[in-house]
Amino acid sequence: MGIKFNVNGKAVDVEAEGDTPLLWVIRDEIGLTGTKFGCGAALCGACTVHLDGAPVRSCQTPVSGVAGKNVSTIESMSANAIGKKLQAAWIAHDVPQCGYCQSGQIMSAAALLAAKPNPSDADIDQAMSGNICRCGTYPRIRAAIQTAAKGA
Amino acid sequence: MSAVLQNRSRRHFLKTTVVVSGGLMGSGLIVGCASMGGSRSMAKSLPPSAFAPGAMPNAWVKISPDNQVTIINARVEMGQGTFTSMPMLVAEELDVPINSIRVEMAPAKEPYINTMLGGQLTGGSTSVREAYDPLRVAGAQARALLMMAAGQQWKVEPSTLRTENAWVIGPAGQRASYGELAEAASKLQPPKSPELKAASAFKILGKPVNRLDTPSKVDGTAEFGIDVKLPGMLYAALAQCPVIGGKPVSFTGGEQAMKMPGVKKVVQISDGVAVVADTYWRARKALGVISVKWDEGALSGMSSAKFDAALKTASAKPGAVFHKAGDADGALKSAAKKVEATYRTPFLSHSPMEPMNYTADVRKDAVLLYGPTQFQQLAVGLAAGIAGVKPEQVTIQTTFLGGGFGRRIDVDYVIQAVEISKAVGAPVKLVWSREDDMKHDFYRPISMTAMSAALDAQGMPSAFTMHVTSSSVTARMFPAFVKDGVEPFMIEAAVVPYAIPNQRGSVMIHETGLRVGYWRSVSHGMNVFANESFIDELAAEAKKDPVEYRRALLAKEPRFLNVLKIATDKSGWGTPAPAGRSRGVAVMEGYGTYLALISEVSTAGNQIKVHKVTVAADLGSMVNPNIVRQQIESSVIFGLSAALFGEITMKDGVIEQSNFHDYPVVRMNESPAIDITLVANGEKPGGIGEPVTALITPAVANAVFAGTGKRLRSLPLRLA
Repeated sequence: MGIKFNVNGKAVDVEAEGDTPLLWVIRDEIGLTGTKFGCGAALCGACTVHLDGAPVRSCQTPVSGVAGKNVSTIESMSANAIGKKLQAAWIAHDVPQCGYCQSGQIMSAAALLAAKPNPSDADIDQAMSGNICRCGTYPRIRAAIQTAAKGA
Repeated sequence: MSAVLQNRSRRHFLKTTVVVSGGLMGSGLIVGCASMGGSRSMAKSLPPSAFAPGAMPNAWVKISPDNQVTIINARVEMGQGTFTSMPMLVAEELDVPINSIRVEMAPAKEPYINTMLGGQLTGGSTSVREAYDPLRVAGAQARALLMMAAGQQWKVEPSTLRTENAWVIGPAGQRASYGELAEAASKLQPPKSPELKAASAFKILGKPVNRLDTPSKVDGTAEFGIDVKLPGMLYAALAQCPVIGGKPVSFTGGEQAMKMPGVKKVVQISDGVAVVADTYWRARKALGVISVKWDEGALSGMSSAKFDAALKTASAKPGAVFHKAGDADGALKSAAKKVEATYRTPFLSHSPMEPMNYTADVRKDAVLLYGPTQFQQLAVGLAAGIAGVKPEQVTIQTTFLGGGFGRRIDVDYVIQAVEISKAVGAPVKLVWSREDDMKHDFYRPISMTAMSAALDAQGMPSAFTMHVTSSSVTARMFPAFVKDGVEPFMIEAAVVPYAIPNQRGSVMIHETGLRVGYWRSVSHGMNVFANESFIDELAAEAKKDPVEYRRALLAKEPRFLNVLKIATDKSGWGTPAPAGRSRGVAVMEGYGTYLALISEVSTAGNQIKVHKVTVAADLGSMVNPNIVRQQIESSVIFGLSAALFGEITMKDGVIEQSNFHDYPVVRMNESPAIDITLVANGEKPGGIGEPVTALITPAVANAVFAGTGKRLRSLPLRLA
């Protein structure tokens, strides 16, 4: 018996054991590798996806818990109004360096803008401080979120 | 200048690589490594598709018949921007629009060796400095060949031709695309010294070009090592000895693991036991039932307290003198006032966001390597030795690196992937956990630096000595560079730029037993912290403004004076800081770049908060000011993580830290505002990937002193 849920609007039926973190199901079984493994302990945010619209750390979300739910990953962001604006702002500000954490950063930012279309700097800090970037792209992330919000 | 590697450098590299492989793997690999230099044999081993389709006028440019220009990038992209900056150098002289090109990562091959480092190695803030002339020459040579081909076709002198946006245009208005000419051009001999553009004619270089890798890094399509997927590939999770350097003796639980879903094999390799399964999580989970008996090795029972005590003992030894001016000892004896201080830095982890991983496919007569490494040549040489094939039978594809910071110069994880693939007989992707990554790093070494100075009646230094004791990464990686006890990568920026008549610098190499690695900015980190904190202490002793004090000692250093003036003007130095805040200054020259940095800091209880950082940087010449700014921002924040939080400790032989909860790094809410001014004056290009990482630390320590009167001489900076 597989576990059924939706990923980026498409129905999937996966064979993984129920305690498998959603992260590894998305990456290894479904084959969407934009969502990254960073810490395995919900400390860094690299694996952030949306579960029924809310940001979750997929490395700490057992796949059994998403049965019947809707999962969105970075791969769906270009088909999402907020995601599209964020990606454009990310490009305009040339945010990424190594780029490894950026999928998670954009997923957290998208959740922020969905909840608060005009966030203050303090809102941004609060929403984004769970996402680590070792390259230190924080100033550009902050600027890009503001640009995306203004274009909203 | 030639784009082709000089033989001298290659030979030097081969020699050092042989020693590295000997050190890491035993002597069996020496022949393998030594024979990998032949570029023809390497070229033959490349899969036919590596450079097809498209004709190649030289090693850097590939042009397809439909006029698609591909530029080969030989320096790995780990965030520092080589995927954009390297092709810019070629594109400028080739006369193609930067946004029209494709970029391809180079294989391991002779033309791609970094002549500043003597290997196909990315590091040391060398990429732009090393490539600045040769890649422009390569672009100009390719353009000259295309014009020669057009000249032959149209029977006109090449000198009557011009180029525009990947087209050659003739005197009678003839037009041929580069694509049409490429095949004919690839059969001609290029001019050795083609004329290069004057800087004033640059259309691409020096301009803030947007990065070419950004679009793929905002939609999840950029391929990192962890994303590699091959047909029939299996996944491995590895148990390594909790005590670094320990080896597996035996293990139990294999049968139980084999009964778990998806598990294909459990294999013991030289430094661990791996579970191989059809998905990563199944391998990781099954590893939990494996119990390994370890021979813990030399670090068994070791602790940070023992490391510190041994470092202190070693520091009392004289070491080797690397710098001497005047008579520092005499001046210290007769001084009106003598000042002494000792600075300490801890072990640090690199902790890039992408944990170590690698994919290897060991076959009977070939090895395929895929993944993130800063040192392709070493990976190829060692893999060949393990697999028992010739180096020319090894191919390597380098993905994007999810951060490097020096960690991926070491290739321990590549070796492990090769060993596992060999044992399993299938392509295998090995992925470390974050805990593996933090507990099995090659750490930045601990250091202890004793400083002393003599002050004259005006409080100005008449003598200045520094004695640094730390471990040598180079003694392990490139021992030929260590001569008479002096290790060049332990004494970077160790000689102060200040006009002080009597000086002495000495270095004591002390091996702790814990493996150490190159860490962003390498020894600039410990040396700039000690020097720039100590000069600040001297200014305080002299009751002088720290900027004025430095300025007086830098009178003959115009590039220092210039960046210091810019940074002080822009930061508001000399005006009162905002309520509750204080400022600190530091200057340095690193990798040929001159830098001044002012930090604005407040403290609350034992908390140090950095609000604002002002940087002035004189790089001489810049390829891409946009990426230069990124690297400065990056270095401020990366350096701040080390300055405020970074500390790796050991107890009972085991690294105590495991993940980002006990090895915290700067997050967005702790990240300061950063104001950057760039200076370009036509001098040779300086490196910028690293130096600011070192400079932020003393600037913050000096600001804390200005605000609290507490002089913090040990990292991380802690008020209590």
